[in-house]
Amino acid sequence: MVRCFLIHTVCPVSALSAGESRVLYSRSFGPDEAVLSDRYRDLRPEERRLLQKEKIAVVARQVRSAVSLFREASERPPVEMLPGDEALALQEADSGVERLRAGDPFSVETSALWLGVQSLAFTLVCEPHENLLLAEGTLRSLTRHCLDHLHMLGQGSEVLLRSNRIDALLSRLLPHGQLLFLNHRFAQSLEKDVAAYMAK
Amino acid sequence: MYSHGSESLIKQAREIQEPELQKFYSRLVKLLQTKDLSHEAVDSLQRLHVILFATKFTRRLTSELQRRLLSLLSAPTELIQVLCSAVLRETLPLSGQELSYNQENISQLNSHVAALLLSRAGSRTELSSFCAQLLRSLECRQSEGPSHMFMHILPVLNAILTQSPECLTEDHVTLLSKKLVDWLRYASITQGGGASVGGFFTGPRSRQPVPIAELDGTVSGDFFTVLCVGQGFTEDQWMNVYSFSMLRNWLLTYHFVSTGIATADTANRLQLSLSLSHSFSNDDRSEVDGSVVSMVSATSSSSRLLPPKERLREKAFQYCQRLIEQSDRKTHRRIDTELQKVCLVEAVCILDCVCVQDASLVYRTFPCIKALFGRLSSDLSFARVLLPIAQFYLNHGEMAAVDCESVWKLVFGRFPAELFNDPFLAHELLRFLRLNLESLQLRVPQFTRSFPNLLKFLAWNSPAVVSDFVDLLPSLVTAGTAVELLHTLLDLPCLSATLVLQHRSVCLPISDAGGRSLISLDAFRSPAFRGLFLFLLREESGSGDTIDRLSTLHERLAEAADWPRVVQCAKTVPVLLHIFFNTVVTVADQKLLAHLILVMLERSSLLLNVPTYVRDVHRVFSCHLLRLCKQQPSLVVDQSHELLEFAGATANVYSKEEMYTHVVWVLGEYLSVSCDSRCSVRLITSCFETLEAVLFEITSSTQPSGSLHPAPRVITTLMSALAKLASRSHDLIPRVSLFLSKLRSVTRNGPVAWCSDEDDLVAIVTRGEELWSLLKTPGVAQSVLSPSAHVNTPQWHRDANVSMPLQMRALTSLTQSQTA
Repeated sequence: MVRCFLIHTVCPVSALSAGESRVLYSRSFGPDEAVLSDRYRDLRPEERRLLQKEKIAVVARQVRSAVSLFREASERPPVEMLPGDEALALQEADSGVERLRAGDPFSVETSALWLGVQSLAFTLVCEPHENLLLAEGTLRSLTRHCLDHLHMLGQGSEVLLRSNRIDALLSRLLPHGQLLFLNHRFAQSLEKDVAAYMAK
Repeated sequence: MYSHGSESLIKQAREIQEPELQKFYSRLVKLLQTKDLSHEAVDSLQRLHVILFATKFTRRLTSELQRRLLSLLSAPTELIQVLCSAVLRETLPLSGQELSYNQENISQLNSHVAALLLSRAGSRTELSSFCAQLLRSLECRQSEGPSHMFMHILPVLNAILTQSPECLTEDHVTLLSKKLVDWLRYASITQGGGASVGGFFTGPRSRQPVPIAELDGTVSGDFFTVLCVGQGFTEDQWMNVYSFSMLRNWLLTYHFVSTGIATADTANRLQLSLSLSHSFSNDDRSEVDGSVVSMVSATSSSSRLLPPKERLREKAFQYCQRLIEQSDRKTHRRIDTELQKVCLVEAVCILDCVCVQDASLVYRTFPCIKALFGRLSSDLSFARVLLPIAQFYLNHGEMAAVDCESVWKLVFGRFPAELFNDPFLAHELLRFLRLNLESLQLRVPQFTRSFPNLLKFLAWNSPAVVSDFVDLLPSLVTAGTAVELLHTLLDLPCLSATLVLQHRSVCLPISDAGGRSLISLDAFRSPAFRGLFLFLLREESGSGDTIDRLSTLHERLAEAADWPRVVQCAKTVPVLLHIFFNTVVTVADQKLLAHLILVMLERSSLLLNVPTYVRDVHRVFSCHLLRLCKQQPSLVVDQSHELLEFAGATANVYSKEEMYTHVVWVLGEYLSVSCDSRCSVRLITSCFETLEAVLFEITSSTQPSGSLHPAPRVITTLMSALAKLASRSHDLIPRVSLFLSKLRSVTRNGPVAWCSDEDDLVAIVTRGEELWSLLKTPGVAQSVLSPSAHVNTPQWHRDANVSMPLQMRALTSLTQSQTA
């Protein structure tokens, strides 16, 4: 099962120190693990929320440095993409996976799959025994929809101001963090549903 | 993509003040009171979400707003449900406003509310009762209520089970297992969504339902799976997808939950194995031809006799077998081809899982897994599928007496050699190794031998896999591999450069060197250097520890020293070296440790010149040289010849300061009869003379000005070492004293060429004076400079007699400082 999905920056942000990442969207699935752990069970709800936010921030930072190092090593010059180039941007995206050790930040070991599109990364954190091939496909499909429906190659802030669209996407393509085995017919049927939502 | 607009929006959201926020809340409450929500209301809700999301600190809503949002959770438009759920997830429930769903209204629970309930669950008890409610609603789920409401129940259950399997009771396991069997094995085999055969003129009544199809378009002759297509899908076909998606986790979880009933399980297994042959021949498929039958549970197949858990295992087995068979079909779309691969991974994993739980299934499964391996093994694009197959062979190969050789040839041979640049394969393969370390060490001799190949993953993508190698490396260190492994680790940056070259030479045709000609690329293609590169790229260890012409190789690869990939790789080597040395002392005998010291001395000048790499490696060497010698002081006498050769080379003072200092210290400290009885006066004298010559040379004022200065630490270490040696062979004392007195007189005459910093010079002279004073009373010098072992043992303070030398030492230093 997928623990969380996030969209965050992998470029320098003036207000942040080097190596930091701005999280633009994040969604955790399932119950909060702090509730179930002996160590954190007594935290107050606002402390639990803070802890969860910090965990997401840790993932974002780790992925940010992974993406930077990956790009540095591959020595490929960055290509600027404009709205309309979504398909190409996805095709050219860098991708990889990071092992997040138990306790850093989640109580059990997890794998963070990432897709670096220009200055942003789309990241899925899943249980390591999860079908990563399926997770990769799901991440790609989520990213494609996000780029399309939130016009993310442009300069707007729809990722913040239309985050409900990402919620709606997730509720169909990754309901409660469940990776789904969808053949093209099932996918089409969900996409029709997504399109209907976006049209409203 | 990330604009200033977004950044300032976040900033605004964070800086918004409480009074302003309160006004915003009350405006929003008014907007939310109208029956049809305006655009403004939707927009404000979205902005409220940004305000709450943007800060990690919790902002509280007014109770009126919170109440309004809760009531809108079941609004008819999904947009409003989504927004309210998202907003409420970012804030905290107010007391008295907890969401509660009971058995009556749980059917109204939409997916977005369920998400909110899950995220707000504050204890395991709450989760358990939520879990129980959901399961009960599955049980009594009949025609009442819109069917799509139930789609999200399985994912919610799976989310709870993943993190808290304790929520399950034995009844739950039975119930859900039964349900999963129904959905997996008995989903409708006709297309949903109104698809039907019949012409334009045929009335709806006479239309026949269309059977589902396989991915290649042929009519499906078997039960429904996720690899079946149709114009539309029925609800139970959707449930089939959801069921299969959670099946593996469920099989893992319920097994975990029910380990408490191990005795009952044995009985069940007996029953299962009795009924196996029967159920195999008597396929229950024949009794099912549509959704109606599948939903009615009153069929009388043999597997019906099985207890629910075993029955689910049996159905999972059949489902996976069918998927494997379906994955061989030609598809017209890329997405389906990919899904076939994904399904193969899942199917093999599930088969492995059921075989682990019920060993009697191994014999039924192996033929199919073997055939699959035969079908895929030559095609590396199926590597990700072949890994779970390897896991299957590892888990069950021995039991089924199957030859696994060709599997290991792939996993330890071709995969690392040809797919080292696939980050996902690297991740999965290294995880496979980590999880199965014990079993691999026991059953697969290739594992340890293949380290030159496995390290290619690290050489190519160091930052992503270094964490895996931190865990794996200790198991690769054996007495047999240690020396070669050390060389291989030191050559890792060269391997990294070679892989880059290999990659480039494949990507770029020979005629086009990519604009600029690279010496290294030419060397890589030249037959003269082929042997060197082939050695680096070897797949197995055992063909020799290292090569003769390393320096030639380093020259050819000099330009690679600033390639980012090589630099990244070089940064990980010191970490791994530490792990290597920490492990090797647990497996090595004295002879091997002596050999390793030689390798360190030799390789300290044979490293690829990557910035900071050489310095970092020297630092690691120094640290472990010290530890090895401390642990086995007789190593110093064993290797005295090589250590002296190293210490006698003046150039090392400048190029390997760290190493040099430590070698000199080790010689001074451990070249002593008390450490090894073989240590003769001659040996001490010869060591003394070697060090004396170097110290004399580096502190002579005849050095050309502008040349490198020796580090002050090297000088003081040399002085101390000489004094220590002299304290053990008193004939040498006059020679040290002479040198030290000269040193003092030289420095009194003003600045010296070999030390430009005045403070450093003062420190050196002070040390010299201390040693000189000590050596004036040889007896004291010996007890201070070469204390016997028991003085340094931690019990001195407990024993009045033993602590005497320490007290003496303190007293001596006091008196000496007064006389000086």
